[in-house]
Amino acid sequence: MAIFLTKDSKVIVQGMTGSEGMKHTTRMLASGTDIVGGVNPRKAGTTVTFPQGQEIPVFGGVAEAMAATGADVTVIFVPAPFTKAAVVEAIDAGIPLAVVITEGVAVRDTAEFFNYSLGKGTRIIGPNCPGLISPAASNAGIIPADISGPGRIGLVSKSGTLTYQMMFELRDFGFSTGVGIGGDPIIGTTHIDCLEAFQNDPDTDAIVMIGEIGGDAEERAAAYIKDHVTKPVVGYVAGFTAPEGKTMGHAGAIVSGSSGTAQAKKEALEAAGVKVGKTPSETAALMRQIMVGLGATPH
Amino acid sequence: MDLFEYQARDVFEKHGVPVLAGAVATTPEEARAAAEKIGAKSGGVTVVKAQVKTGGRGKAGGVKVAKSPEEAEALAAQILGMDIKGHIVRKVMIAQGARIAEEYYFSILLDRAHRTYLAMCSKEGGMDIETLAVERPEALARIAVDPNVGIDDAKADEIFAAAGFPEADRAAITAVMKTLWEVYREEDATLVEVNPLVKTEEGDIVALDGKVSIDGNSEFRHPEHDEFVDHSKTDPLEVLATEKGLNYVKLDGNVGIIGNGAGLVMSTLDVVAYAGQDLAAATGGPASGPANFLDIGGGANAEVMADGLDVIFEDAQVKAVFVNVFGGITACDAVADGIVQAYAILADHGKHPKPLVVRLDGNNAELGRHILDEAALPLLERVDTMDGAARRVAELAAAAK
Repeated sequence: MAIFLTKDSKVIVQGMTGSEGMKHTTRMLASGTDIVGGVNPRKAGTTVTFPQGQEIPVFGGVAEAMAATGADVTVIFVPAPFTKAAVVEAIDAGIPLAVVITEGVAVRDTAEFFNYSLGKGTRIIGPNCPGLISPAASNAGIIPADISGPGRIGLVSKSGTLTYQMMFELRDFGFSTGVGIGGDPIIGTTHIDCLEAFQNDPDTDAIVMIGEIGGDAEERAAAYIKDHVTKPVVGYVAGFTAPEGKTMGHAGAIVSGSSGTAQAKKEALEAAGVKVGKTPSETAALMRQIMVGLGATPH
Repeated sequence: MDLFEYQARDVFEKHGVPVLAGAVATTPEEARAAAEKIGAKSGGVTVVKAQVKTGGRGKAGGVKVAKSPEEAEALAAQILGMDIKGHIVRKVMIAQGARIAEEYYFSILLDRAHRTYLAMCSKEGGMDIETLAVERPEALARIAVDPNVGIDDAKADEIFAAAGFPEADRAAITAVMKTLWEVYREEDATLVEVNPLVKTEEGDIVALDGKVSIDGNSEFRHPEHDEFVDHSKTDPLEVLATEKGLNYVKLDGNVGIIGNGAGLVMSTLDVVAYAGQDLAAATGGPASGPANFLDIGGGANAEVMADGLDVIFEDAQVKAVFVNVFGGITACDAVADGIVQAYAILADHGKHPKPLVVRLDGNNAELGRHILDEAALPLLERVDTMDGAARRVAELAAAAK
């Protein structure tokens, strides 16, 4: 088992025939993901042949692709101006999981498609995220599959490269699932959603949570951990030295006034019993101790 | 992107929000000319308002009433060039005077915690809204707004009732709320705030001061927003970086930073600051720290690396540089090739390198390290852990002082 994405997941790619879509579909296929189709209304009925010889059919729409293939996950690479329409189509088709990789999506579009999804049975991850990977089972997005193998640590992170860094540091223990939720002001799946899923996942023993400055998602996650999470959690927060009022790369990563500081997030997490590392490697060391304490042996 | 008040006023006017006449001036003479025109509508009285993107202008002396065009000119001369919380006043707005009977507050903003929009409204406007929210939270109505519905008649009535406005003003105030919603959605705003929204002695409802923030990701829908980009206060290095298309923020320290991915770069700033503090504590010297944020993203090809190093070497404060790359999608050998080629490009331009520490890890790290070792570039050192590299760059920065 894993969260959100398993070896049985059947994945379609919206925007598969674009350059990013082709590149990352090739990578997903290479890491064993069961890609069953692509979506592009202008190329419906054609087939794309990938470097390792897989022939992937292109459908005119998400509903059609689901009906033909039984797909239950879509990975979305379509450019930002068209992302909202792609997500709304996926929601209307009733797909259980939509992973939105596209960066630069307008906040208004995200606010509209996220609120549209509520109560309709589609979980959205992202936008502007690296997606998620359940190593050796399936990979939906752009996380490199060769960083770490399977194991019993769950990871949730706002940042792509810090996800890679942390999976690399803890590759001797491996991961059940790593989820990059993205750092935009509005995201479809939060730290809390992932913490809840990892808590309920019998194949996850401990959780690494990576946050960064901006908003109060980490503070709310801390409150959730205190009340609902019994598995050990280790945290890391990036941006202690970020000045107020400067956006650090992610649209959501900005310290405004007294809110959103790394220090406040660290304190909230520690008050909830989360061990917080000062650097990524210190955070990995804390997790290593926990895993060893749980009887795991590094491989 | 935050707009100046005069820009917000213009946007309001475009959508039909009731505003008073106003014009922007960059010199006292322009202020006088504007006051002659605008004051004619209000008995010669105008208000000279500093245009800065920060609160508390009034208290700082940046908002003054002028009874004549001559006085407007004199006040503009005082206010232009003023420093308000670190913001130098380069423009003033000359606004028509108003006889204010009541001051209200209204805003629409992104509610990140609930992943929706929020309307906030109060009968007690004019004052600092953060203070009101803390001291008398019951006086500030907060109503969730569904992004797919917006402020329609029903929602406007709900906000109106929650704020406790007098019934007589229902039509005028709810109309303004609905128009401000149009501003919020159609301009791709993340904040539209009117403080104060006033009722004049004549009974009109008018937006007297406005704050608008625009979502930078909405550019594709709004080529017209280009005119709002403010070049006046930007650091010259930030201007250079923007020209090169780099995601760069200038900071105060002496260690230049280049990394791939916003999260990793933020983390690198922290690790460099800690290493600087630790070294200072051990030696008693001044602490080194990060000089910039620079995310070269996933691609990290030679030109981007050269552009990044170029901007950082231009920074006179930088004594040493840390290139921190985790090869995820990017392969480290491509990054190493990029660094080698960047040195060649910089040498062609007659630029001299500064002490540089490179940490490469992840995808093809061994290959990348080998390329750097073979190239034996001047002043370049390779350290293979993030913490170790941060310690080394702190030593180099301290030694350069």
